[in-house]
Amino acid sequence: MAAQQNPIVLQNQTDDLPLLLIHRPPFFTILPLTHLLSRHFHLLDPHLQPPSPSHPLPLDDFLSLHAPSLRAVVVVGIHPFTADHLRLLPSLELVAGTSVGTDHIDVAACRRRGIAVTHAGYAFTEDVADYAVALLIDVLRRVSASDRYVRSGLWPVRGEYKLGSKLGRKRIGIVGLGRIGSKVANRLRAFGCRIAYNSRKEKPSVPFPFYSNVCDLASESDVLVVCCSLTAETHHIINKDVMKALGKEGVMINVGRGALVDEQELVRFLMQGEIGGAGLDVFENEPNVPRELFDLDNVVLSPHSAVITPESIESMTKLVLANLKAFFAGEPLPSPAQEDQI
Amino acid sequence: MAEPQIHHLNGNDRRPKVLMLNQSPTFALFPSLFTQKFRILKAWESEQPLDQFLAKHARSVHALLGDRHTVVNAELLQLLPALRMVTVTCTGVNQIDLAECRRRGIAVANLGGAYSEDVADFAVGLLIDVLRRVSASDRYVRKGFWRSKGDFPLGFKLGGKRIGIVGMGKIGIEVAKRLQVFGCSIAYTSRNKKPSISYPVYSTVQELAESSDAIILCCGLNDQTRHIVNKKVLSALGKEGVVINIGRGALIDEKELVRCLVGGEIGGAGLDVFENEPYVPKELFALDNVVLCPHRAVHTPESFQASAEIAIANLEAFFSNRPLITPVTND
Repeated sequence: MAAQQNPIVLQNQTDDLPLLLIHRPPFFTILPLTHLLSRHFHLLDPHLQPPSPSHPLPLDDFLSLHAPSLRAVVVVGIHPFTADHLRLLPSLELVAGTSVGTDHIDVAACRRRGIAVTHAGYAFTEDVADYAVALLIDVLRRVSASDRYVRSGLWPVRGEYKLGSKLGRKRIGIVGLGRIGSKVANRLRAFGCRIAYNSRKEKPSVPFPFYSNVCDLASESDVLVVCCSLTAETHHIINKDVMKALGKEGVMINVGRGALVDEQELVRFLMQGEIGGAGLDVFENEPNVPRELFDLDNVVLSPHSAVITPESIESMTKLVLANLKAFFAGEPLPSPAQEDQI
Repeated sequence: MAEPQIHHLNGNDRRPKVLMLNQSPTFALFPSLFTQKFRILKAWESEQPLDQFLAKHARSVHALLGDRHTVVNAELLQLLPALRMVTVTCTGVNQIDLAECRRRGIAVANLGGAYSEDVADFAVGLLIDVLRRVSASDRYVRKGFWRSKGDFPLGFKLGGKRIGIVGMGKIGIEVAKRLQVFGCSIAYTSRNKKPSISYPVYSTVQELAESSDAIILCCGLNDQTRHIVNKKVLSALGKEGVVINIGRGALIDEKELVRCLVGGEIGGAGLDVFENEPYVPKELFALDNVVLCPHRAVHTPESFQASAEIAIANLEAFFSNRPLITPVTND
């Protein structure tokens, strides 16, 4: 009997499906994922413990109770999975992430223990690239700002809204020319934009000019699109110097991770008109967004939704299942997290 | 402001006369580009009533410079018997009675394809916005709901969507070019067959709508296209369907569109134009699945300069008896 949404605890297990721990934040879940996984695995979810005479077990106790039999965990969203969690799960051999980034998982600790880590591979690539372009068009052409203007009833009262800025011929600097960055580049070329990039290493097969540092790229760009993964090296890669180089008319689009950008500095630059505008899907301390940005017309804000469409969730779900099945069958994993993702 | 003295050779102003009935943004931004070559007769600055002003210049005015607000109808043309050419700093010419102009031998020039890319960029921006809920989620974040209410509802993937383009002229082609890179499939309907275009073609907008996830209106407004998107087309588009309009408001039966949106009978809309600008149906303000813009698709500073240059080129061609650069054709 397969587990439905309310998994039964170990003692009452009547199937012989492999055990799978679901590691997620309390009020967030991905239903299509858990529905699919529950057909193949016996799900253990600390947030869905059935009512018992005592309260539901605290997380640490729950994990300790089930630890001996737990070989695999699915980490949902960007919920932190740390060395402390690993310590409670000595039998763990696989951490399957649902996101592309793995900065919320202590990958180094996993490697030390010989635990494999998988991520969402390329399930989300197109959706993120599409959204990056959407944010860019929105900031440059003031789509959301003019929508706000219309909804406030100001069009008949104040007349024409501010001009936007043409996309064609704009110089786009892509920070991180991986899968996402490449797709952003291809899309923007169709709009007549000119592409240049910075990446950890130059890519000889790519037809765009390469800049070895982000500051130089910024000084030759009208728009920076940040698409790289978050690592120790890329933390705050967009800093004060880069923003200064980008300049008063420059625009920054971030669909990577909030911590790629020095957010405090960005807010300061935007408030003082030292930078032209920004499109931001990610923030340093989600879901908290600096309130100063709410009054600005030259920014577009979204709640980390660049990745999310039902279609990409479906691809991700299938990929997570494929990783888990391969693991339990002793086969090569479809999307192991790479050391170097860009 | 006094006209530049340099044009007064021996006290005579050699510049050809060009009549303007209303001030256009293009002229307002680049007046000297025009006045260095032409003597602009500004009807809106005259103290005389319009018909007297026109009567005064009736025999000597051969060219009219207008924009999308300049109505050129039979009544006006009656007052300007010497008029031989009209040029407008916009793409749309629905405000001009083209048939009457043809009857009177008056050539009409617009901007040709000058705005096509900017408009296409905006159309794509609107489409992605509606599908991926960009503006709606921006609103959500600004209201503080991300913190208090959690994640915003999902948008829909762009790739794989079937896009129906209504009017495969210069703008439609630019839209198609962009959307193909996003992995959309393109089909269209157009007044004239386009043998050089390889996308599937449908004979009517309704048939196109039936086979599309989103339709994008890229055609001009004329008697045949007024309300071309009507109740039947919206019904064919369906509950998940999206309509994007960057043409003219009157291409869509706006009352019907509002009814369908409010009633959840179509999926969403991105509208840059309305039947009665600047008035937008208030019922739309409460909807999260629409994006509303105040006729912005063309407006970038670069486009105003381009429009000035093209208008001037057409006027110069006219006054030197050369063919117009961007005459309005039946295409």
